[in-house]
Amino acid sequence: MKDSMIRGADIVVESLIAEQAEIIFGYPGGAIMPVYDALYDYHEQIKHVLTRHEQGAIHAAQGYARVSGKVGVCLATSGPGATNLITGLADAQIDSTPLVCITGQVAAHLLGTDAFQETDVVGISMPGTKWNVQVRRVEDIAPAIAKGFYIARSGRPGPVLIDITKNAQVDFGEMNYTPCLGFRSYKVHLPVEKTAIQQAADLINKAERPYVLYGQGVVLGKAETELKFFLDKTGIPAASTLLGSGALSQDHPCFVGKLGMHGNYAPNLLTNQCDVLIAVGMRFDDRVTGDLKRYAKQAKVIHLELDPAEVNKNVKADVPVLGDCKESLSMLTEAVEKKSHPEWLAKFRELEQLEKEAVMQHDISPTKNGLTMGEVINQINQYKADDAVLVTDVGQHQMIAWRYFNYKKPHTQITSGGLGTMGFALPAALGAQLYDYSRQVICVVGDGGIQMTIQELGTIMQTKAPVKIVLLNNNYLGMVRQWQQMFFDKRYSFTELDNPEFIKIAEAYGIKAQRVNARGELTEAIEDMLIYDGSYFLEVMVEKEDNVFPMIATGCSVEEVRLS
Amino acid sequence: MKRYTIFVITENFIGILNRITIIFTRRGINIDALTASESRVDGIHRITIEVTTSEEMVIQLVNQIEKVIDVIKAFYHEDEGVVYQEIALYKIPVTRLDGGLEKIIRQHNAKIIAAEPQFVVLELSGHKEQTQELLEILKGYGLLEFARSGRVAVAKRMVTIDDFIK
Repeated sequence: MKDSMIRGADIVVESLIAEQAEIIFGYPGGAIMPVYDALYDYHEQIKHVLTRHEQGAIHAAQGYARVSGKVGVCLATSGPGATNLITGLADAQIDSTPLVCITGQVAAHLLGTDAFQETDVVGISMPGTKWNVQVRRVEDIAPAIAKGFYIARSGRPGPVLIDITKNAQVDFGEMNYTPCLGFRSYKVHLPVEKTAIQQAADLINKAERPYVLYGQGVVLGKAETELKFFLDKTGIPAASTLLGSGALSQDHPCFVGKLGMHGNYAPNLLTNQCDVLIAVGMRFDDRVTGDLKRYAKQAKVIHLELDPAEVNKNVKADVPVLGDCKESLSMLTEAVEKKSHPEWLAKFRELEQLEKEAVMQHDISPTKNGLTMGEVINQINQYKADDAVLVTDVGQHQMIAWRYFNYKKPHTQITSGGLGTMGFALPAALGAQLYDYSRQVICVVGDGGIQMTIQELGTIMQTKAPVKIVLLNNNYLGMVRQWQQMFFDKRYSFTELDNPEFIKIAEAYGIKAQRVNARGELTEAIEDMLIYDGSYFLEVMVEKEDNVFPMIATGCSVEEVRLS
Repeated sequence: MKRYTIFVITENFIGILNRITIIFTRRGINIDALTASESRVDGIHRITIEVTTSEEMVIQLVNQIEKVIDVIKAFYHEDEGVVYQEIALYKIPVTRLDGGLEKIIRQHNAKIIAAEPQFVVLELSGHKEQTQELLEILKGYGLLEFARSGRVAVAKRMVTIDDFIK
């Protein structure tokens, strides 16, 4: 054995350092112990955060990745450690979040024998990862990690899982790390075609009622400035998807609101009145389109998209513009004429007024005694920093927080969009906060979701992450209850919750906590929370049976968006 | 609904076939036949998949297959766009061999590739319609066993693997 040889476990850690990973979220166990042993020596070069559950680790890595634009790193043991990552992998896959997850595996000679804590995690995670691989030999560790990081962060980002058998971790090998710069079977993205840009520009120049829909692709492609310049020049009304929020400041004159099932009234309704629809880095999710047969049929569709499999998947594109939207947006801005669309824009404002009267009035300035989720978010808006990150869970609070939060900067929206994972928010907020302790990270969560990963309060305690947790408590699984009310004859089947005293739980974890029961206490409580130096738990008791509107019910068309 | 042949050119890595077939499973599409083999180029495999579906669906399947990291290229053709062949084996009891059967073997250009004391094995290569026709006839001759391969095919289009790995 040569002196230069090191253990496979050291190669794992040195490879992560070579990829400039700063932080690992993880949980130890038998099959990954050699790597944990190695981490003991490298603690000055790379930080490790011990979560309280592997699901917490992967959601934290997702939060970190979403706020930083970097690859989130996650470490777990074999068997249950690995299977606990699956929800997070599926979540990261559908929301295009770059992750590298490393799992320990039983020694190679035991594979396939039902050894202790053996599970076929490569098989199980195959549909929920962008790429995965099992490494059985020490010499394959560094190349697999290099390839994994490259795949996770390039093209349309996504999660990668690398399963490393225990023998590979303890064997000795050479460490000479070569970053991956590409390989023949993987095309990162196609070059933007000039002819497509010209066709798109022609359509846009002739359009009378053009309309831009932007999604997370703009954030992932770091094309926020390009989007702004395009809108500055063309004056086209623009609406955001759930995950696109933050890509454009809501102060921009072209910003008209948010799309989808619980988005704004005008942006949904007017989708069926535009003549040219310009979709940028979005994938026409069913929650955005409603009934596809009655979606934007009158419009010519231009689709700026990196992933060829997304083009023509749900909505047929008259002009697909494949490639990186940072590139295509700036080419398109060059090619289009300077214009404005005051009358068309006014139509959005007119309908916005309707929504204000019918919905927002009630949500933000209610006349009833009970507190609404909307007024809580509205109060947060008054005191939050411009670049405050909103991390939400899944359900009513998620939709309300998204609707009323005032997004001004990119990377301020972190939520489980595609998968709709309850329990996502608390660990994701922790991960986002650990990227930058000085950034305001506000975790808005419901009383159902928080209990799915509430153990991560322990990680918040241990890391002293100054996360501001806002629990909107209605003692219900509110979104399911709303559906039961609207579509199932008010048969509230298993949606009411008898909840613990959350304040005591938070306090047990040493987290400063406060409860708000009445309107008069709200403003001060939010101010207290946001200026508090440290993590803070604010429970707000909200109206039990309040509903989220507008709404496009399942199977309905965007033009059937209802205000009540 | 139409019959399509999907060609997948891939790296020869463990698990690749699984990665491809789950794409069909997820969409609830039945694979009519599948063959995998080496290609002309070392380290590169080719998988030929036969499906009956709509063109819209086959396009989406091909797009999803091509997204698999280790897949180099995927494309599809209708039957007219490919030259293809299948092989079928028929096991017949010796007791049923007679002049009639001999005539059938000649007519169909089938071959006897094995003769054992109790049975003979006939082989016929061709399109499914041809092997199927012989199958129907041989059912009348006490057919003991029948097996048919998936389609092996090459595209008529003048492209080669080298064009994809440039």
